[in-house]
Amino acid sequence: MSISIQHISKSYEDVTALKDISFEVKEGELFGLIGPDGAGKTTLFRILTTLLFADEGTATVAGYDVVDNYKDIRNHVGYMPGRFSLYQDLTVEENLTFFATIFGTTIEENYDLIKDIYVQIEPFKNRRAGKLSGGMKQKLALSCALIHKPNVLFLDEPTTGVDPVSRKEFWEMLKRLQKKGITMLVSTPYMDEAALCDRIALIQDGAILEIDTPQEIIKHYPKKIYDIKANNMYELILYLNEYQYNHSVYPFGEFIHYTDKRDDFNPDELVQFLKDKGLENITIQPTATTIEDTFMELAR
Amino acid sequence: MGRVGDRMKRFKGFIRKEFYHIFRDKRSLFILFGMPIAQIMLFGFAITNEINNVDIAIFDKAKDATTQEIIAKIVASSYFSNNETIKNESEIAAVFKKGKVKAVLIFEKDFSKNLIRDNKATLQIITDATDPNTANTISNYTNSILQKYQQEVNKDIQIAYQIIPQTKMIYNPELKSVFMFVPGVMTIILMLVSAMMTSISITREKELGTMEILLVSPIKPFQVIIGKVFPYIFLSVINAIVIVLLSIFIFKMPVEGSLFLLAFESILFIINALSLGILISTISKTQQTAMMISLMGLMLPVILLSGFIFPITSMPLPLQIISNIIPAKWFIIILKGIMLKGVGITLLWKETLVLIGMTVFFIGLSIKKYKIRLE
Repeated sequence: MSISIQHISKSYEDVTALKDISFEVKEGELFGLIGPDGAGKTTLFRILTTLLFADEGTATVAGYDVVDNYKDIRNHVGYMPGRFSLYQDLTVEENLTFFATIFGTTIEENYDLIKDIYVQIEPFKNRRAGKLSGGMKQKLALSCALIHKPNVLFLDEPTTGVDPVSRKEFWEMLKRLQKKGITMLVSTPYMDEAALCDRIALIQDGAILEIDTPQEIIKHYPKKIYDIKANNMYELILYLNEYQYNHSVYPFGEFIHYTDKRDDFNPDELVQFLKDKGLENITIQPTATTIEDTFMELAR
Repeated sequence: MGRVGDRMKRFKGFIRKEFYHIFRDKRSLFILFGMPIAQIMLFGFAITNEINNVDIAIFDKAKDATTQEIIAKIVASSYFSNNETIKNESEIAAVFKKGKVKAVLIFEKDFSKNLIRDNKATLQIITDATDPNTANTISNYTNSILQKYQQEVNKDIQIAYQIIPQTKMIYNPELKSVFMFVPGVMTIILMLVSAMMTSISITREKELGTMEILLVSPIKPFQVIIGKVFPYIFLSVINAIVIVLLSIFIFKMPVEGSLFLLAFESILFIINALSLGILISTISKTQQTAMMISLMGLMLPVILLSGFIFPITSMPLPLQIISNIIPAKWFIIILKGIMLKGVGITLLWKETLVLIGMTVFFIGLSIKKYKIRLE
């Protein structure tokens, strides 16, 4: 096991950040920690990267205990905090050189590992890090976290504040890194990114809701989901919430995701109900379950 | 490569990064190099207790050879110019009211006669005390001119019965205030650069989140601290050199004692201030807090309680006791000792030991308070 977490709990003064968390990440796995802001993701990352003590429970990373062998962990992991944490007044190249130096290596020595990522920002190597775009900052931060060839990589919300194209590129990079045998624990509030992980843990209010592969998690979803659309979306939500058989109603992109309490739900009945309320152009069709639907269901 | 070589490379890399930070931040550059020069010039030229060409009035009731001679000496000095000659008592109040003069010198009747008969004559100095500093200085200067004159006169007399007033001025016979300010300004600047700048630069890493990455790396916390502190030792030493050179060449300040000792004590004080800076950084989360603590907790005591501006002996007892825990007080004593009195370590070992003790204490406390984790 690359990361092993057993019964970890952590509270700040009056808030419980983590409640009895346990899970394991296998060697070479790309593991996603999916949950909204304030779910406890960053706290868990900080415990695993030896920056915080847990109140209860134990954890090991790359075989080292996070409390007793914290120095070994600090030598063998890469950590990319949620907030951009490089030196803004240093150039791209100076940042990378600095991190290579403090890890006792050089850019040349591990260039093959970061090459794919670094070539994209290399044209700007003399630009100050503070002047880079969000996507480029993340690429630089990832390069810096990788420069010493870590066994385990911790990425705390690496794509927050990054444009969709850069997000996609970033995940492609993570997939390539995974092929090089690096274990990765990634947290994200974006549900669509969850499908790109080998396994995910859904976390909310400091507790794990479910751990499995994204495919299995979707399969566990108990209901059939319908996309509904009408001429007035705002009224549509109001009337759907009014409908006595509704199980859940969530806006989802240009549609409303709707589930019904009954197993023998007939969509035509609902269409008639909405028509009676004065809505027009109503479409209703079954749709595929997403991680987000599952999360919403579990978080109810 | 060996482990030591590795460590040296790491250290060098860290220091290089620190210098990038310093030289790319215009504000810290200004604090580092602009402020010392501005301060020393300000204290040296603008804020001064010296007097030049002060207008005085003279009321000579005796009008004999001796008084003429003394008046000539007083007027000849660049400190005073005789603006007015007074003929009777009633005019004294008038000249003061008009604000024409800052002081009136009154020679008693039969000045020479009294001097010869009783070996004693009186010269009354009335000063305008609305400006107490100037008033005080005027009376001191006049005394000093009188003393000089008496010494000259007594040279020719076999047995001198002259009663000389006991207002002796030592170490700064010309009462040059800049000599008094230089040690204080030097102390303030070294404190500011060393303590404030280091505490800010360490808390900046915390505030920007880079400390998190540094902690999760093989570099050890104490290496981070030494790496952060080292450039400031270097810059503070340069600052100290600049201040000493400025005071020697622009203000003609003497350095009577050993330059080596001066350098040693300065480095000791710089390390003391740096350890205070580290201590402040361990208790503050943001750069702003670090700056406020440095200003309130360090600068104010240095200015008010170190004896730099207000003499410690004239403070109330509780403040006198508190002043003992302020490192700057001891450093100023050492500086004055070396620069003005030319004394060596044999007389300054006590103050030096106090500084060393404080430094060790602050470093120990910083190590104890320094967090290898985030909380």
